Amino acid sequence: MSTVVLLLFTGVGLGAIYFLVASGLSLIYGLMHVLNFAHGVFLSLGAFLGFEVASRLGATTWTGFAASLLVGALAGAVFAALTERLLVQRLYERHIEQVLVTVGLGLAAVALFDGIWGTDPRFISGPAWMGRTTSVLGANVPNDRFVAILVAALVLLGMVLFLQRTRYGMIIRAGVENRAMVTALGIDVRTAFTLVFTIGGVAAGLGGVLASHYFGYVSPLLGQTLLIFAFIVTVIGGLGSLTGAAIASVLVALLQQFANYYLAGTGDLAVVVLLAVVLLTRPSGLMGRRA
Amino acid sequence: MTSASPCEDTRAGASLTAEPVLRVRDLQAHVAGQQVVEHVDLDVAPVGVTALLGRNGVGKTSTIKAILGLVGRSGTVELDGTDLVPLPTHLVVRRGVGYVPEDREVFAGLTVRDNLRLAERRGSTHHYDLVYDLFPELHQRGGQAAGTLSGGQQQMVSLARALLNDNQVLLVDEPTKGLAPRLVAEVSRVLARAAQVAPVLLVEQNLQVVRDLAQHAVVLTDGRSVHHGPAADLLADDELTQRLLGVHADTGDQGRPADPEAPA
Ligand SMILES: Nc1ncnc2c1ncn2[C@@H]1O[C@H](COP(=O)(O)OP(=O)(O)O)[C@@H](O)[C@H]1O
Ligand SMILES: [Mg+2]
Repeated sequence: MSTVVLLLFTGVGLGAIYFLVASGLSLIYGLMHVLNFAHGVFLSLGAFLGFEVASRLGATTWTGFAASLLVGALAGAVFAALTERLLVQRLYERHIEQVLVTVGLGLAAVALFDGIWGTDPRFISGPAWMGRTTSVLGANVPNDRFVAILVAALVLLGMVLFLQRTRYGMIIRAGVENRAMVTALGIDVRTAFTLVFTIGGVAAGLGGVLASHYFGYVSPLLGQTLLIFAFIVTVIGGLGSLTGAAIASVLVALLQQFANYYLAGTGDLAVVVLLAVVLLTRPSGLMGRRA
Repeated sequence: MTSASPCEDTRAGASLTAEPVLRVRDLQAHVAGQQVVEHVDLDVAPVGVTALLGRNGVGKTSTIKAILGLVGRSGTVELDGTDLVPLPTHLVVRRGVGYVPEDREVFAGLTVRDNLRLAERRGSTHHYDLVYDLFPELHQRGGQAAGTLSGGQQQMVSLARALLNDNQVLLVDEPTKGLAPRLVAEVSRVLARAAQVAPVLLVEQNLQVVRDLAQHAVVLTDGRSVHHGPAADLLADDELTQRLLGVHADTGDQGRPADPEAPA
């Protein structure tokens, strides 16, 4: 029982991190039809800059941790907005080139991070409470899981409110459905593109800081490794669907945790099998619209 | 290419001597790497309805999309003395070009109210009074997702989105397509009223609707404009309608099966 509870919380915690990456990917693809292979970079940059700020302000203080989240979010936002404005938008409607450019940016950024922070992982410490555990139904659940879940839930809530309640949110929802018609109503949809990248960057930057606590380290490859699973999550959830990304994040992470524990470390394989099953039975994903 | 009016070589009616609101010259358009509009000249008269006619696949929709910049284009498209061709679609529209696309293209996941709010154009007054007067049903169904409406209701949303704003010109693409006769008549009434506010370029297969609404007609064949003149003259000439549109003028519809109120 306690093992199941621990796996549940660990799985949902990992799902929270997947969601923080996948939500941006899904919105970006839904609106712009861009597969952003540089998305993991937003995460790694957020994690590294968060780590730098936290170590200066005191990694074990709550101030340091809060500042690292803030800086991580900001770094992700700025870098994502610049990526969109300087690279992606220039290749408007040229999807192959957009993929090549984001792949290239991903590789270049990892090399840059190698140069600045080295290829070895930097170990992360946080406030003492984060490293301790809380007993839930007999299971000792590491507290950083709760923080990851809480932050991801708040991000999901914020995104939903933004999409449902604001004019830009409405433009984004309409644009995911039919971008040409949005422009034909006199709306400059490029502003929405930059906005969607920025929001994705915020989520990924937060995800970076939380992932570095979850795994206990940050390395230049952290983001791009998580990106692979985030893409799988996005496809399973349905490209363009935020709800789909949230459900699939938790589903994939739980499957991974349980298969790793009960089926001799076959978590990644189980995820790939799930992906294949979903693609064969529901090609547009759990919540995706029919193509 | 000279700048001569394309109406010169046909029987120009008296009203055609007025300056057109929209002057299209040597328009070419490319869709999926293929040139689907080769050479279109057309004038939209400053008042009333100008019909854009031709058999299926001749490039009517592509011509309208090219005017809006929704597809790659070249040539000139003059509105009020400004060339629209260098402008991106949203700036073309903000100059007062209203668009009712073929197949409605409402945002299915958005409510009727949000479809209209999204259509509120910057720099324009928003005529909700007119829209709800024309389509009281849309007021009642404001909270309903547009995707759950019937085909006829979706067409109302699509028309309402365009009529909500001040327009210099309205581009309306097959508004009666797939509608039951009762709804065809209603759309026709709405368009007559819309045309009193702004001139309309209307693509329409139902020749009775054309007869009722249009003063002028332009006919396309294989991506080229081949005929300009008064709509009544074209429709009165059975041989000409048969040759250009592939129908007899008196049978009205161009043989397209109606699909009454199927939810799109
Ligand atoms: N998305 C597209 N891809 C390829 N060909 C297209 C596409 N849209 C239109 N066409 C072609 O362009 C031509 C003109 O189409 P269209 O402008 O829709 O004609 P109309 O509105 O007069 O029926 C047709 O031959 C059609 O097959
Ligand atoms: Mg058409």
